[in-house]
Amino acid sequence: MHNTDRPAVAASTDAVIRVAGLAKEYRVYDKPEGLLASVRGLFRRRSRVVEALRGVDLAVGQGEFVALLGPNGAGKTTLLKLLSGIITPTRGAATVLGHVPWERADAFRRRFALVMGQRNQLWWDLPAAESFRLHQEIYRIEPARFERTRDELVDMLGVRDLMLRPVRDLSLGERMKLELVAALLHEPEVLFLDEPTIGLDVVAQHTIHQFLRHVQKERRTTVVLTTHYMKDVAALCERVVVITRGSILYDGSLQRIVDRFTTHKIVTLDFDEAPDRDRVERFGFPCEVRGPRVVLRIDRGRIADALPTLLRSEGVRDVSVEDVPLEEIVAELFRSGGRAAGLQESAS
Amino acid sequence: MTAPAPGSPMWAGLRTWWTMLSICLEERLVYRGDFALGTLMRFLPIVTQVFLWTAVFAASSRTDIAGYSRNDIVAYYLLTMLTRAFSSMPGLAGGIARSVRDGSVKKYLVQPVDYVSFLLAARIAHKLVYYVVAALPFAGVFWVCRGYFPPPPDAATIAACVVSLLLSFLLGFFMEATLGMLGFWFMEVSSIVFGYMLVQYLLSGHMFPIDMLAGIPSGLPGTSVADVVHWLPFEYTAYFPAAVWLGKIRGMELARALAIEAGWVLVMVVACRIAWRRGTRRYSAFGG
Repeated sequence: MHNTDRPAVAASTDAVIRVAGLAKEYRVYDKPEGLLASVRGLFRRRSRVVEALRGVDLAVGQGEFVALLGPNGAGKTTLLKLLSGIITPTRGAATVLGHVPWERADAFRRRFALVMGQRNQLWWDLPAAESFRLHQEIYRIEPARFERTRDELVDMLGVRDLMLRPVRDLSLGERMKLELVAALLHEPEVLFLDEPTIGLDVVAQHTIHQFLRHVQKERRTTVVLTTHYMKDVAALCERVVVITRGSILYDGSLQRIVDRFTTHKIVTLDFDEAPDRDRVERFGFPCEVRGPRVVLRIDRGRIADALPTLLRSEGVRDVSVEDVPLEEIVAELFRSGGRAAGLQESAS
Repeated sequence: MTAPAPGSPMWAGLRTWWTMLSICLEERLVYRGDFALGTLMRFLPIVTQVFLWTAVFAASSRTDIAGYSRNDIVAYYLLTMLTRAFSSMPGLAGGIARSVRDGSVKKYLVQPVDYVSFLLAARIAHKLVYYVVAALPFAGVFWVCRGYFPPPPDAATIAACVVSLLLSFLLGFFMEATLGMLGFWFMEVSSIVFGYMLVQYLLSGHMFPIDMLAGIPSGLPGTSVADVVHWLPFEYTAYFPAAVWLGKIRGMELARALAIEAGWVLVMVVACRIAWRRGTRRYSAFGG
């Protein structure tokens, strides 16, 4: 049903996460507008069924770092909630580390962690070190191991001093780092991250990227994350799963998306002085003139022919050729629903 | 009973619970200022009660009502203050319902920790901090009012009173926790809690001693309203421990009442467990 580049993983026996035909339907009640309608609603409520996830198949191998992408409401978070056992599916099956997640066995819950962007697992009024101590107990971590892991994690994120301050006094970025420490103390084999970098500044994002990459590499942790930031994906994930309207649209490497969905390259020309618009338009490409700088969108197939001509034109000081920004590519992928750029034909 | 061996699952469970308790204690101590003021405020309604009953006794020219002298009544109200310090659970039901509404209950589905045990640890911590802070104002008020109290009862009665107080804590906790679990079915439980508080206020003995209902027929042959109320859980959260201290309930009657109280604790523990299990199942199926 969906497109995959990775039949090898799906077929392999050592998959840590296996999902087959997983579907989740919600019944939502429509709240009609107006007082009269609201009163009527007290007696008879109109409901409809929303399919958050419609029969998803997925296999993730040990040590993989997978990004779930999709527009809001596509079903990414629903999938994470199913995999972490918060909700039960309407149809289909899944196992994580050999357990059915929604049975919520303690043996399973000690082996994974879920970090939801703005949700607090840390105690608000106490220093994070106290929450860590509680985690040590509920996850049954040996004292020596606990201290070693904790020290390693807080040093990597540079939050050793912060863990002794009440959480409410910390910034969002500092809190997020400590949330990650809390989630990783028991060295989970599987880590689910729901928008881990939301609302963070660039420096904090970068630190978290480095941290996650290191942890995943050292421990061979299997990580599945949802995000809206392409920076996260580019920095961390070799594998991308795109979900729209509850179905998997694409499953494969990030590079494949870029290759398949970029029909253009962005060519920037810097002139000695602002050129005439007419002259620029004569190149025959869609263009944008910003003072002495001209930005052209050129078909990938025509780049090789076009560049020499462009370079020879008078007054050109500098040229750069770049890919279309990842955000734009993914936005186009969401919009087109995968019909664009030959995704279908390559599926088989 | 033998102590669980170190390394056994039960030992680990106890350690976890102890850590929860100590962390909850620390958290509670952040708010100790609130408590000191709140405690004194709680004694204010008593003053009105004392004036009211003084007026009632003056008007009726009787020396006792339903076996309570004026002094007994004042002592009774003071003692129910103490009972309520064990059995009342401010914010428990609302807090559970809120955690369902805002989704913070998810944490307890994902982590290997039991929500009810955790709430119990938090509540014990809450109470312990409260007793430490409230001990002085309580002692002060009781000392000022010592003239209203009969001489202290014998050791067996005191022991029964302590047991009834501890059971009243558990009963109050599990009743309110079960109410809070209704949050899995209803968006808002505050009106349900309000209704419960109203019934509780009338039937727990918080408003007047249950003995005063002894003369009112319940409609069932040969039974008064008081007889019916004795079989309900409410009076065990206020009236019962106070009445035991004042020597109103003795012997077999006392043993039977303690058994009823313990029985209700058991019922509510089970009800709370069922509500949690069904509630989380529903939450998993519909919400999340």
